[in-house]
Amino acid sequence: MTVHSQGAATGAPEDAPPKSAGRPTTPPPAKPGHPVQPSPRGGRRSLPSGWLPYALVAPAVISIAGLLLYPLFKNLLLSFQQVNKIELIQRKAPFIGLDNYTQLLGDSQFWTVVVRSFVFTAVNVALIMILGSLIGILLNRLGKKMRLVLSLALVMAWAMPVVASVTVFQWLFDEQFGVVNWLMRTLGFAGYEQHNWFETGTSTLVIIAILLVWGSVPFVALNMYAGLTTVGAELYEAAKMDGANGWQTFWRIVFPSLRPFFLVTTFLEVIWIFKAFTQVYAMRSGGPDRASETLPVFAYIEGQAQQHYGLAAAISILTILMLVVVMSFYFRLILKQEDEQ
Amino acid sequence: MRPAAVAKNLGALLLAAVFVFPVYWMFSSALKPSSEILTKDPVFFFVPTFDNFTTATGVDLFWTYVQNSLIVTVCAVLLALLVALAASFAIARMKFKGRKGLVLAVMMAQMAPWEVMVIAMYMIARDADMLNSLPLLTAIYFVMVLPFTIWTLRGFIAAVPVTLEEAAQIDGCTRGQAFRKVIFPLLAPGLMSTSLFGFITAWNEFAMVLILNKDKSAQTLPLWLTQFQTAFGSDWGATMAASTLFALPVLLVFVFLQRKAVGGMTAGAVKG
Repeated sequence: MTVHSQGAATGAPEDAPPKSAGRPTTPPPAKPGHPVQPSPRGGRRSLPSGWLPYALVAPAVISIAGLLLYPLFKNLLLSFQQVNKIELIQRKAPFIGLDNYTQLLGDSQFWTVVVRSFVFTAVNVALIMILGSLIGILLNRLGKKMRLVLSLALVMAWAMPVVASVTVFQWLFDEQFGVVNWLMRTLGFAGYEQHNWFETGTSTLVIIAILLVWGSVPFVALNMYAGLTTVGAELYEAAKMDGANGWQTFWRIVFPSLRPFFLVTTFLEVIWIFKAFTQVYAMRSGGPDRASETLPVFAYIEGQAQQHYGLAAAISILTILMLVVVMSFYFRLILKQEDEQ
Repeated sequence: MRPAAVAKNLGALLLAAVFVFPVYWMFSSALKPSSEILTKDPVFFFVPTFDNFTTATGVDLFWTYVQNSLIVTVCAVLLALLVALAASFAIARMKFKGRKGLVLAVMMAQMAPWEVMVIAMYMIARDADMLNSLPLLTAIYFVMVLPFTIWTLRGFIAAVPVTLEEAAQIDGCTRGQAFRKVIFPLLAPGLMSTSLFGFITAWNEFAMVLILNKDKSAQTLPLWLTQFQTAFGSDWGATMAASTLFALPVLLVFVFLQRKAVGGMTAGAVKG
């Protein structure tokens, strides 16, 4: 347990409050002989139970059931119904079995969007995790002042509200007066007089990816840095004495110690990127010519613009199923971790 | 300094510049007179003006949007903290049947694709006669933030040694008092980082309000910003002023609470 080993190492009382846990500016004291074990919750079972835990979790369970599960169920029903504009107004929706699904699965456009969504998510998450980890390591090695400068910059990017950052990126990449075109010209590249960055679906997705990476890297980097401060300095020393190079130190010491960090952060990023709606939709509404639609945007446009509500519900159910299949691997890992504690 | 250290610091500066540039460009464009915005080569030195802000705040219903956003976000976050505190305490500290199932459910809820459920939401809201309703929007945002809040707070509570609680109980505190007097104060960083995170999520939310609240008087700032941008076309100065007004509260809070928020986030989220 992190907390206890920390207390022991500093000679403080065993139950010293873990105020400094993971805070960037105050690396915890060295913990000889205790590799990081960030699961300080051994005490759960020492408290009695009964009806109390159920009363405590009831409000959360009821709200999630009422406001999340019920709409989800309604969505499932809708996906078996024929609901277009007329049915929506008349409030009559005949059940048509699996028709929506068969229509979708036989539609090549649907599969294009599926492949696009998966590739888009994979590329983004890989970039975010790699860049985020590298910047986290850099933060760990910087002096105090430089670290503050970089982390403030990261925090600014992180805190930018999504719609505002989409608007700003549209301005940066503006065809006529965008600063990016100016930069390209200044650097001596030809053809950036009035370059339209949103000309094709792929280039639009690249801009959205830059926006997503820019906005997501700070979360990973700052967490990575905070995680690194919990890896005891003596572990690095020992590795150095054994003659390990940077790469070996990372894979033998940092990575195993921060496994929970990588597990949780990758999990969150996959979810966040896969279901990112605002960034994709607000940038170019899925255009040009529907070529930058990812699954959530595809579902939205089928539903709202094309008024195929039942079909859109089926898309969303398939989206959820894909997410669950991809994530089941994670659920297993995290539940296993749960058992070990 | 050794060359390696110089390279490291230069790299850090460059990275900082890259990350901060969009934010800087938003601010500086917002303060530029319109004549210096629409230029082929960007102007870096100029006399700042607040004209763009006047245009942005002069839009009809601006203050209604601000008010709606604030009410909905603050209420959703407070509600989420309250409900999550109870639930995460039970999950972190107590043994009960279904605990593991609950942890799984919270994780599943965390990945709920809200945006793809907007149509079902719309139908439910319409049938319940709750379109254009701020309370419904608040309730939805509350449930959107809830799973992450539970997940994170639970990590924080687990990090507080049980012995502290037991000591308080030996000293004559009831269990409730022990929680209030011993654990709660130690959770301050956790509460702060989770509420910041909840705040930015709810402040950002776009798809639900887009579908559920067509009535302008019940809309929030993200919609105002996208509509503003369409209405003002290529008036980038005013658009950037609007973006600044939208982003400023969050930026200020984050920068002020930076250390606590960021460190806190990790302690909770990663130790999950």
